Amino acid sequence: MSEKPLPLDGNSAAGLLSELFAVEITGASITCDGCHHAAPIGAARLYGGRMGAVFRCAHCENVVVRLVRTPEGYWLEMKGARSLFVQARGD
Amino acid sequence: MLATEKVQPTRKLPWRTATVREIIEETPRVRSLSLDIPDWPGHRPGQHVDIRLTSDDGYQAQRSYSIASAPEAAELLVTVERIEEGEVSPYLSSEVIVGDKFELRGPIGGHFVWSAFMTEPLFLVAGGSGVAPLMAMLRHRAAAGNKNPALLVYSSRSFDDIIYRKELAALAARSDGLKVVHTLTRQQPAGWTGEKKRIDPEMLSRVGFSPKEQPRIFICGPTQLVESAARALIELGHDAGLIKTERFGPTGA
Repeated sequence: MSEKPLPLDGNSAAGLLSELFAVEITGASITCDGCHHAAPIGAARLYGGRMGAVFRCAHCENVVVRLVRTPEGYWLEMKGARSLFVQARGD
Repeated sequence: MLATEKVQPTRKLPWRTATVREIIEETPRVRSLSLDIPDWPGHRPGQHVDIRLTSDDGYQAQRSYSIASAPEAAELLVTVERIEEGEVSPYLSSEVIVGDKFELRGPIGGHFVWSAFMTEPLFLVAGGSGVAPLMAMLRHRAAAGNKNPALLVYSSRSFDDIIYRKELAALAARSDGLKVVHTLTRQQPAGWTGEKKRIDPEMLSRVGFSPKEQPRIFICGPTQLVESAARALIELGHDAGLIKTERFGPTGA
């Protein structure tokens, strides 16, 4: 195994994210605060483990989201993100 | 420390009990499980499910699997590669028998999805068991009668390792715009005239759609294959925003 774990895609964490967000969030566009690149969360680089997930910008590798699940609840940190855009559903 | 109220996680995605109805041996290393899931809400091609196993002492292991069946199909199919490592795959790929039950939640994911309503060319690139979610798209495409151009470039180790081989041949024989290009990277049968190198920029530019056609591109497989194919397609001039990827990790499982 290589020392640096290989990333997956943000969509792999859609199950974890669904525990927290009321809408399907991997299709939402997140703008990186480092390089201002906007892309779906599902397209971010995902470094994950049993307890949570780190999402890095696919463009510049800046950490945009950290999500940790503990027995008591969820910690969401998004200081590396400028904005999150969720498209309104047409229903 | 902030005082916080207890927030219940949304119950939109409950754990359900799946029952194994049938086990299909796809290749010597890969099998598909046909699952019966009460009140299954339906899915979109490309989505996945989480499967959770609980041992007698309460220990839980969880893993994601792509859905391989079309939304139009009566039962849900997941395709599992036999690997020695891991906590869930060895059970699903070897030990499980018809009638077994386990917990499953889904469908999950809204990014790596395709619908037959889309009219642009569909450009699929797969390595090994990464073909599973792309098969859901092709099965959906056939069931919905979508006849827009579609191409699957599929890398397998050998002829016997091609998952869904007969069904892919049948889909490609429908003359409905689908072309399937196999490449066999380790071993080729006698008389094989097809591709036998790893998927690379030369192959993708020769057999693939032109960037001018603005195909919707889905790549799924082991991490290295996904990254090299995505990089090659961007270098060939495809819009990165039209390329969606699903990495299976280093094992390709």
